[in-house]
Amino acid sequence: MEGLEHILTEHPFFAGFSAEHSQLVAGCARNHRFNAGEYLFREGGPANEFFLIRHGRVALEIVSPGQTPIVFETLGEGQIVGASWLVPPYRWMSDARAVALTRAIGVDAACLRNKCETDHHLGYEMMKRFLPILVQRLDATRLQLLDVYGKR
Amino acid sequence: MAAAPYPDPLAPQLYRVGRVRRELADTTTLELAPVTGPRPTFEPGQFNMLYAFGVGEIAISISGAADAAHFVHTVRNVGAVSAAIAKLEAGATIGVRGPFGTSWPVVAAQGADVLFVAGGLGLAPLRPAIYHVLANRPRYGRVVILFGSRNPKDMLYRRELEQWRQRLDVDIEVTVDHADADWHGNVGVVPALIRRVAFDPHDSFALVCGPEVMMRFTVSALRAEGVVSDRIYLSMERNMKCAIGLCGHCQFGPVFVCKDGPVMRFDKIAEIFAMREI
Amino acid sequence: MLIDREGLQALIDALAGRGYQVLGPAVRDGAIVYDSITRVADLPAGWTDRQEAGRYRLERRADGALFGFAVGPQSWKRFLHPPIESLWTMRQGDDAVTISSAATTTPKFAFLGVRACEIHAIAIQDRVFQQGPYPDTSYAMRRHDAFIVAVNCGEAGGTCFCVSMQTGPKASSGFDLALTELLNGDSHHFLVEVGSKAGAELLEQLPHRAAADAHLEAAEAVVARTASQMGRSLDTDGIKELLQSNLDHPRWDEVAERCLTCGNCTMVCPTCFCTTVEDHSDLSGTSAERVRKWDSCFTLDFSYLHGGSVRSTARSRYRQWMTHKLASWFDQFGTSGCVGCGRCITWCPVGIDITQEAAAIRSTPNAGKGEQHGRS
Repeated sequence: MEGLEHILTEHPFFAGFSAEHSQLVAGCARNHRFNAGEYLFREGGPANEFFLIRHGRVALEIVSPGQTPIVFETLGEGQIVGASWLVPPYRWMSDARAVALTRAIGVDAACLRNKCETDHHLGYEMMKRFLPILVQRLDATRLQLLDVYGKR
Repeated sequence: MAAAPYPDPLAPQLYRVGRVRRELADTTTLELAPVTGPRPTFEPGQFNMLYAFGVGEIAISISGAADAAHFVHTVRNVGAVSAAIAKLEAGATIGVRGPFGTSWPVVAAQGADVLFVAGGLGLAPLRPAIYHVLANRPRYGRVVILFGSRNPKDMLYRRELEQWRQRLDVDIEVTVDHADADWHGNVGVVPALIRRVAFDPHDSFALVCGPEVMMRFTVSALRAEGVVSDRIYLSMERNMKCAIGLCGHCQFGPVFVCKDGPVMRFDKIAEIFAMREI
Repeated sequence: MLIDREGLQALIDALAGRGYQVLGPAVRDGAIVYDSITRVADLPAGWTDRQEAGRYRLERRADGALFGFAVGPQSWKRFLHPPIESLWTMRQGDDAVTISSAATTTPKFAFLGVRACEIHAIAIQDRVFQQGPYPDTSYAMRRHDAFIVAVNCGEAGGTCFCVSMQTGPKASSGFDLALTELLNGDSHHFLVEVGSKAGAELLEQLPHRAAADAHLEAAEAVVARTASQMGRSLDTDGIKELLQSNLDHPRWDEVAERCLTCGNCTMVCPTCFCTTVEDHSDLSGTSAERVRKWDSCFTLDFSYLHGGSVRSTARSRYRQWMTHKLASWFDQFGTSGCVGCGRCITWCPVGIDITQEAAAIRSTPNAGKGEQHGRS
């Protein structure tokens, strides 16, 4: 898996990762290619993988019956798609659709969770990188919720 | 940096409405030319008090080019006065006092990267500064325009944004709060764009305009990237009556938004900026 | 120089003779207000005021002093910065709209009985209206023509604190003439100090004589006694920084529970200057007028923006007023906005006392910040 390991360490999410830890993660990783319109995952499906986008754009969307889907976030090159794999019951909370041709690395969630249980240092390094992303997404979502451009 | 004072800054000068353009369902752009005499000069970031006969007066930023013969104002219909102004047709008379207020640091920013960060109607007060920088492009480093709107349908100056995007010497990223599947661009908030766009945070000027909450989140994101507080500029807004620093309404802490602003350097207001009800 | 009651009448006549509208203290509706004065008898002879937080009563004096009281609900700002003023009118003709500025003839005012604190208040408003990038021309006209006859206070009011604010009780400058009332049994004189060329010229016209050393000493004693009688005090040491670094102090919540946001304080305060404009039009829509009126930062509308008010709570509005008066004013105009006249204390219906509020914050700075975290 040498090629994958190299690609992983180049990804901004893994900046500062030790070679040993990179190897561990690469051992759970595989390459993906999604054409425009293809879904990375669907709401309610098992969250058994998370994705590091190498190129392209992914839209997170939610559908209400009788309404067209609403896209509430897009993620692009260098960004991570998927956090529900960290939290039981490990189910996706929205659909993720490739807006354009998208290349990504998928990391097997169960594989990585087990390795983190065994190696807590790996676990802590993963958490340190994930949490800021989640906090930023939470802040962004709150700003969206405020509908600041709407009329008073 | 106010322009030279009028003979009587309290009395509106008479202007005639020229071209009117409906930008969005609730937003209109009007071109105003003086009934007599030339239009006074203005600096990007300044505003005029627009008077609708018998209805009232509101502060609206100037959003046109410095070399145009007329004033350009983009007005959103949110109350009695703005509704009256938005309904004016070509040939109508309108009162104008101004220009008033401080301006964007387009001269101080020469030699550095310039980041324009706009939210919603906030693109209107920034547009004259964008025009100035693009007209003097070689004097600046990277030029980046980041713009957030509610949704693709409510995007202000969309055609102009597309024209700017065609230039090879400007980076533009637009985003919307939410969209449907027809939209292939970014969905998310403007501060999230800041982390992803290429500029030198240690040698940049950031010019920010939009709803105050959006500016607060934007400033946080800029500072997290390393942009210093004395190179971040905001355009503030408060209730205005006289626009010349005598009525007291526009006070924001010790600052009069009409004469110490509306463009303010962030470090000067950093302590009170996030406090509520100041 | 010294003048007596006849000299005072001559002073009033001389000013009237030169076309001044002479204004001075008079009793009306149970208070001492500023009104037109033609005779010495119009002045509040033998009256004094008893002032406390939320309380103002007139009482008879044992003597016939003409200026034996402090300040009332009005200040000279109602003449220099009138409560209502038309700015311009506009007419919509068949093809054109015309605008005309309001008539600019203002009467010449002579103020009789201006206290030291009031002189400072006028100077403060001079800075507000004349030193910005757009000076107020109508204020400048009224101010330029005003003739000021100061009176050094012989009696401190119950809520006075001019000594703390270094604005009195003696008027040291900013007047054309200054009087100190010397009342000793039957002897009733006024020591006159000249403050300007106009004042000197006017004094020449009045019956006057040289003052003896005894008169000078008596005048000094009057002022000294007044200074020792202050009803309140305000520690001004570092007050700007104190207030600006305590914007979330719990005291603001406490005072908000009492404050009615009635705005009385801003109406009676001699330095408060905020105004609003109203646009009126007639029913046919062919003529419009803009009128400027006094306004108060205590009103909900004052900070209206985008469908609501920035300062919607009483807490934020009281904080705005007090921090503006004692702190931001320094940033804006280089001095305090308060002259220690005590009017805001006297005329607050619930008796909120600005000196007490400042002292409360000073005694517990950074209150409400809680314990420190563990350090191990």
